[in-house]
Amino acid sequence: MSFLSYIWRNEKSREIIVQIFVLLCIGWFLSWLISNVDANFKALGKDISFEFLFIPAGYDINQYLIDYNNRDSHLRAGIVGLLNTGLVAVFGIILATVLGISLGIIRLSKNWLASKIAYWYIEFTRNVPILLHILLWHGIIINTLPHPRKALNLGDVTFLSNRGFYIPKPLTENGIELVYLFLVIAIIFSVLFFKYAKKKQDLTGIQYPVFWINFSVLILLPLIAFFISGMPISLEIPALKGFNFRGGMHMSPELAALTFALGIYTAAFIAEIVRAGILAVDKGQREAAESIGLKPSKVMKLVILPQARRVIIPPLTSQYLNLTKNSSLAIAIGYMDLVATLGGISLNQTGREMETMVIVMLIYLSVSLSISAFMNWYNNKVKLVGR
Amino acid sequence: MSTEMYKPGSYPNLPPPPGTVGFYGWIRNNLFSSISNTLLTIVSVVLVYYLIDGIIGWFLFDAVFDADSKIECRKINDGACWAVITRRVGQFVYGFYPEAERWRIDISFLTMFIAFAPLLYPDLPKRKWLLWFSGIYPFFAFILINGGFFGLAKIEYSLFGGFMLTVILGVTGIVCSLPIGILLALGRQSKLTVVRTLSVCFIEFMRGVPLITLLFVASSMLNYFMPPGTNFSILVRVIIMFTFFSAAYIAEVIRGGIQAIPKGQYEAADALGMNYWQTTRFITLPQALKISIPGIMNTFIGLYKDTTLVVVIGLLDPLGIGRAALADTKWNGLSTETYLFVALFFFVSCFAMSRYSLWLENKLNTDHK
Repeated sequence: MSFLSYIWRNEKSREIIVQIFVLLCIGWFLSWLISNVDANFKALGKDISFEFLFIPAGYDINQYLIDYNNRDSHLRAGIVGLLNTGLVAVFGIILATVLGISLGIIRLSKNWLASKIAYWYIEFTRNVPILLHILLWHGIIINTLPHPRKALNLGDVTFLSNRGFYIPKPLTENGIELVYLFLVIAIIFSVLFFKYAKKKQDLTGIQYPVFWINFSVLILLPLIAFFISGMPISLEIPALKGFNFRGGMHMSPELAALTFALGIYTAAFIAEIVRAGILAVDKGQREAAESIGLKPSKVMKLVILPQARRVIIPPLTSQYLNLTKNSSLAIAIGYMDLVATLGGISLNQTGREMETMVIVMLIYLSVSLSISAFMNWYNNKVKLVGR
Repeated sequence: MSTEMYKPGSYPNLPPPPGTVGFYGWIRNNLFSSISNTLLTIVSVVLVYYLIDGIIGWFLFDAVFDADSKIECRKINDGACWAVITRRVGQFVYGFYPEAERWRIDISFLTMFIAFAPLLYPDLPKRKWLLWFSGIYPFFAFILINGGFFGLAKIEYSLFGGFMLTVILGVTGIVCSLPIGILLALGRQSKLTVVRTLSVCFIEFMRGVPLITLLFVASSMLNYFMPPGTNFSILVRVIIMFTFFSAAYIAEVIRGGIQAIPKGQYEAADALGMNYWQTTRFITLPQALKISIPGIMNTFIGLYKDTTLVVVIGLLDPLGIGRAALADTKWNGLSTETYLFVALFFFVSCFAMSRYSLWLENKLNTDHK
């Protein structure tokens, strides 16, 4: 009796008992779930197997970055979907970042009117569900833009219609290698020059106009190569043939709607993050920087931004992650992303809910876990060292 | 210039220079303080003018509020055709809930405010009595909405829809996810390795996958995990998924709050001889919850907005009703009107929630300013 009561009163042993108890409970619960699945599958005559991945998918996907036709396997359809997810995520992230940072800065502007406009824009956008944004944009493109025959014409090279957007497509010809080569040389030069200038500044205090030199080298060198090799890049301009456009690059209404919706919605959150990050820098930092005579641009570049960056980057990364996860809503407008191909049509055709959902979830899970791992690494790197 | 002489210390206060105060001063400081600022003002004014000119006309003055179809709308005027909404406003609010029974929804919705008031406003008079009502409200609302007791007709879940469904999903999800979120946050900070690992796995899994895949699981797979023959309603399954999903996010928010508490607080609690649960109840949670109020409210708003995703698995929330209306050939192509109407509803409710959260944050702020 006293032994039992000793075990219970001793902190170490009590912790072990509690943990074993919790483990037993969870183990029982999981085995209960698995036995249920087993019984249900037996009753339905189903099994768990991933062989369906290698049989022909049998459905078409209207947008593919790698070759695909309906005789390819479900696995390949899934990969096409995954690439489509990646495509819309990249477009969305670019749009969201540019728009979000500009809005965040306008929100902080001293101009009352501009700041208020940005405020109401942000409030309107982020208080409306993302799915509504997607459907709204899709509806606007489908229902209010004209038919291809009467498409909105932007300077005879870009056309907006309810079948999507048509933009010129760059075509490369012989001699393009020289341009690539010069581009690589320019990049190597600017990295080296950046390092050299920094070293020089650390040693002597002399500053070079690094940005302008690197900028002009990066622009000029490939441009020179472009002209030397006889202008090897030409634009294929979309042209109306019959009922639709031929040539050029085609952006489907779904992709366009999804990009706009994800970009605009996420931009509102990014704007608030940027604003909070800049406001988080102590007022004294700015005053101190001004009092030692730094120009306003230098105050921003050398004092405010490096400190704001520490606050901004982690939530910014999680917004990017949210955007990628939100792109799964593409299924509502029929954009063929990972959820719509593998988790949608493949699921319905093969009837393998368990397997397809497990694969889809694992893919999303691994993406978000690797991004949060990166975030933790970055946080540790930039963390203020406490004393 | 006056040459009057003043005794030291008796010089009268002069008015501030003209142009720095009052209306003109404000305009000069806020709109035209520099060249770039003036340009920005002009661009903004032009933008606002075009927005108001284009949108208000379409929205209001050229809009048609009653017509039988889209074609008729276009005959009357070329603005927005709100007839698609006004003709189906009952469906947008109540879904397919039987018309004769809609008073039940109205009553539960109105009493919801009475039930929430004592929770939301800490210094309400007679708060103790109202709290009793808040306690019984869930059962009251369930009986009223679901029926099956006291002679009230039982209403099938499949008839639920519209804004009513949004509110039911949102409020139940919010109320259920807070306690689970708190437990998960405590679990993640626990000394016990097993508890901590399990909490971390659950939280990271829920946060790592998109909500839509969880809803697919709820709609197509959850029955496999139940003993054969169990069949519970899709609405309940969806609420379970919403609860778990937002509990994981709330757990992360509260963990941030817990980690922000200074170590001295725990040391003081230990010195007073408090055990783990006393420390949690009296030291950790009151402070952690207070810090994390903005985050918790944001999660709630997110959950509320995410209820729209149920349209993908076939529930008739306002979006589902809207899509059904658009599928009708009479209203084909009025997507902008329909979705803007639903968007307005979400904007009003979410904006109200975020304002409340700001108010509460200021009220609970005990910092020295």
